[in-house]
Amino acid sequence: MELYELTIHELHRKLKNREVSSVEATRSMLERIGAVEDRVRSFITVTPEEALKNAEAADRRIAKGKIDVLTGIPVALKDIFLTAGIRTTCASRILENFIPPYDSTAVAKLKEKGIVLVGKLNQDEFAMGSSTESSWFGTTRNPWHPDYIPGGSSGGSASCIAARQATATLGTDTGGSIRQPASHCGCVGLKPTYGRVSRYGVIAYASSLDQVGPVTRDVADCAIMLGAVAGHDPKDSTSVNLPVPDYSAALVHDVKGLKIGLPREYFIEGLDPSVKKAMDEAIATYQGLGAEFMEISLPHTDYAVATYYLIATAEASSNLARYDGVRFGHRNTDARGLLDMYMLSRDEGFGAEVKRRIMLGTYALSSGYYDAYYLKAQKVRTLIMRDFIKAFETVDVILTPVAPTPAFKIGEKFNDPLQMYLSDIFTIPVNLAGTCGISVPAGFSREGLPIGVQLIGKPFGEETILRAAYAFEQNTEWHKRKADM
Amino acid sequence: MKITREQIDHVARLARLELTDAEKEMFTGQMDAILAYVDKLNELDTGGIIPTSHAVPVENVFREDVATESLGTDRALLNAPDRSESFFRVPKVIE
Amino acid sequence: MKYQVVIGLEVHAQLLTNSKIFCGCSTRFGAEPNSQTCPVCLGMPGALPVLNGKVVEYAVKAGLATNCAITPRSIFARKNYFYPDLPKGYQISQYELPICVNGCLEIEVDGEIKKIGITRIHMEEDAGKLVHMETMDAGEKSYVDLNRACTPLLEIVSEPDLRSADEAVAYLKKLHQIVVYLGICDGNMEEGSFRCDANVSLMPVGSDTFGTRAELKNINSFRFIKQAIEYEIERQADILDEGRKVVQETRLFDPATGTTRSMRGKEEAHDYRYFPDPDLVPLVIGDDWVEEIRGTLPELPDVKRQRYVAEFGLPEYDAEVLSASREIAEYFEACAALYPQAKTISNWVMGEVLRALKEDGREIADCPATPRLLTDMLQLIEKGTISGKIAKTVFEEMYKTGKEPARIVEEKGLVQVTDTGAIEKIIDDVLAKEPGQVEEYRNGKEKLFGFFVGQVMKASRGKANPAMVNELLLKKLKG
Repeated sequence: MELYELTIHELHRKLKNREVSSVEATRSMLERIGAVEDRVRSFITVTPEEALKNAEAADRRIAKGKIDVLTGIPVALKDIFLTAGIRTTCASRILENFIPPYDSTAVAKLKEKGIVLVGKLNQDEFAMGSSTESSWFGTTRNPWHPDYIPGGSSGGSASCIAARQATATLGTDTGGSIRQPASHCGCVGLKPTYGRVSRYGVIAYASSLDQVGPVTRDVADCAIMLGAVAGHDPKDSTSVNLPVPDYSAALVHDVKGLKIGLPREYFIEGLDPSVKKAMDEAIATYQGLGAEFMEISLPHTDYAVATYYLIATAEASSNLARYDGVRFGHRNTDARGLLDMYMLSRDEGFGAEVKRRIMLGTYALSSGYYDAYYLKAQKVRTLIMRDFIKAFETVDVILTPVAPTPAFKIGEKFNDPLQMYLSDIFTIPVNLAGTCGISVPAGFSREGLPIGVQLIGKPFGEETILRAAYAFEQNTEWHKRKADM
Repeated sequence: MKITREQIDHVARLARLELTDAEKEMFTGQMDAILAYVDKLNELDTGGIIPTSHAVPVENVFREDVATESLGTDRALLNAPDRSESFFRVPKVIE
Repeated sequence: MKYQVVIGLEVHAQLLTNSKIFCGCSTRFGAEPNSQTCPVCLGMPGALPVLNGKVVEYAVKAGLATNCAITPRSIFARKNYFYPDLPKGYQISQYELPICVNGCLEIEVDGEIKKIGITRIHMEEDAGKLVHMETMDAGEKSYVDLNRACTPLLEIVSEPDLRSADEAVAYLKKLHQIVVYLGICDGNMEEGSFRCDANVSLMPVGSDTFGTRAELKNINSFRFIKQAIEYEIERQADILDEGRKVVQETRLFDPATGTTRSMRGKEEAHDYRYFPDPDLVPLVIGDDWVEEIRGTLPELPDVKRQRYVAEFGLPEYDAEVLSASREIAEYFEACAALYPQAKTISNWVMGEVLRALKEDGREIADCPATPRLLTDMLQLIEKGTISGKIAKTVFEEMYKTGKEPARIVEEKGLVQVTDTGAIEKIIDDVLAKEPGQVEEYRNGKEKLFGFFVGQVMKASRGKANPAMVNELLLKKLKG
């Protein structure tokens, strides 16, 4: 097996035993990126110099015996994470030349552990989208089939793992942006509980929903990455001051007696047969392992998408006001006055989907509509949270599809925003409730596209969903298949 | 609730987006469809329901009142599209 | 006038913290432009605010000192608008659920006491500064300095209870005194640490429906607030007299002309789209915390004034002057602890001490004539070592050098002459030099007595005991 194909835990073993150096692993990865990037376009920026510098530092550290499980591991980051001195664009023209003066907390934590940064990954512009088609830097392809989207918004994070262009990646998830691309690309993707990982230095889309999480080859890697970035950050008021458990230690192969809920509202018409099949097989696998199933109800599921698109766009309309061409970012230089400069710079800097959401969010907050839209949505959000609280009184985890269909074709939904929004129906409620969810590979469509299932946990119940996902993974072969590139 | 072209103009101005006529046309139709869809929230009685603005119950998070190091003028202005000496420069603001 | 004036004031008080409200940058005034900035106050992508705890403490202090209720659970909101001095495109402020509500202050105008309601006090971040330089870029550009961005402010909003420019000034002075007393604001109006916007409207006398108001901005002194409001009242009265309508708008006060003018740049109707800031968590202030802060409040000027009258028997006027600032009050009380005659102290503090300080622009806390030196000198007067007149010379020397008064008296030979023989000799000399005047006095021109006293004091170089001079002189003249 090539070095670029290894998981974190496999590569770590080799680094620790001095079978390979980080520089070798990094060279392998950079060559792989070079070989397949044309066909996938996972990256906005590849950072070979930074990577080799990091790798040399990691090798020196390893030589001193100070190895951490992430030391010397090639990692790529969604281009939403600020990286000091390395261009960070959020896939937007408005930040095309933005060089951050600081690192996001998640990046600083990874750097402390000695990771090797190989590049910054493509995504939907400002994380707004489910297909990575809205990027200013072009569309990323699904490594399993070039005509299909990789999912989004963290499309590059998932395609990069599926194409073996990095050992592990970080993404962000506001309405499914980690879990859905992970599902579409056959990776493991986890959205932690809101407040578990610091948002400091992560470009905001919808502040009350955004959360940082890993996209990895397997569940064990997912636990490692989560453990590395989780924890309280005094720079993020909404990060929660709770101890970080040893997630890797939670990976015991035992789900006997685990109570798994199946929400009846998630078995809807329009569920693709291949998704239904993956769910049925997953249920059978868990039953075989001694888990107990029960039907539950999340009665407000049908209102989640509407709620989400009001809250997320409202927050986004305000979060994106700072891109005004004054202190950083794109500025129209022909503008005749200040107002002109604002209007033209923002018009040129933002793509259609971002403008659409800013418009919708501005409208939802505007005088006369606030109560009918934004406030109403916040109240329904309360009802959706209560659904989960009630469900978790009887079950330990909830098993659902990640998306109603496998990856769709590039261009298929790009001009029908509402249809695009509705594809997030199963992931959005988790963000609204602020709890955690993981996507694990669970099957393939007729076209050979991967399908994942989602395990939803209680707030701060990451250990439980990781354990359930691990048991599933250890008893299935899905994660072992590789996109043919 | 049908969204009008005047409302689109007003919202675009509030959001500081210079949209083309074609974009305005497109957004009018799309926002209409989206707003028609979100109207389904009105099926729910939310009387007496407390709105949620934070997903986790955290309160009273404070910093100590200690001055820490700033970025400094050079780094602050590093990404400035236009600057003059230590200032960001913008088209004249009329008061 | 046939119109009733209605005024409400919005005061912005910059808080005296070391660091900004949502980041660690220094709040020091006058640094190089944009040198005191960081990702948070520059509104960089990814940056997040964290609340400075001191700001909460100061806001509660202000609330308690203005008789407000402290909101048990308050939240921050975003006020959305675009302006080059506002880095994030929104200002973090409070909208629904501000930290303090329903307060009041008492003001006194023309001997009448009036209660002015305070609607709310809320915390917010300041904007940066826009600089216009006509000399550069042909005046086509503006320059942005964000050092001030994110500096903590309290916005204190009054009810529209004020009915004249004088009431507005009295309210503003009272509020200014309180925030300075609390030590939460330096009150420097020139540097903008204490700023005021005034909402002014007119309605026909007897009406209970407020007229359309104009919001006056950029008023940075007590004198200007009076000017601005008086000008505005006249302007609006003229409009109404002509049967026209007052336009609701923001008007800028121009100190050079004493007039107000419409702000063209802000004519667009505002829709601030306030919503709770998801980046900041709710602020929960329990009774324990409120009481803890209440325990740290200094005695406030009104209470102090009343106590000075009751405890020290001072006249109202003296009590008012001595309690006007915390530092003067501290000085006075330090003196009163060392010397029992409060009125004598008061005379000296209000007279020589404040005059000397004013002359060389010094703060009373730095007064070289410390309370101990001053009261030592008062003891010398009381014992008769020096006269009240000589004491002024001693004080001046003491203020200049900080020397002990007894030493000054000794070094300068200023001990009062109380020896009857010596004084009699001086009197004899004076009378001998002025036989004509003595004659006139004895013929009934008694007002010449003062002249003789003056001559004797002069001849003694001020050192003769004035009471003894009076007594002996009278005796001699009667002859």
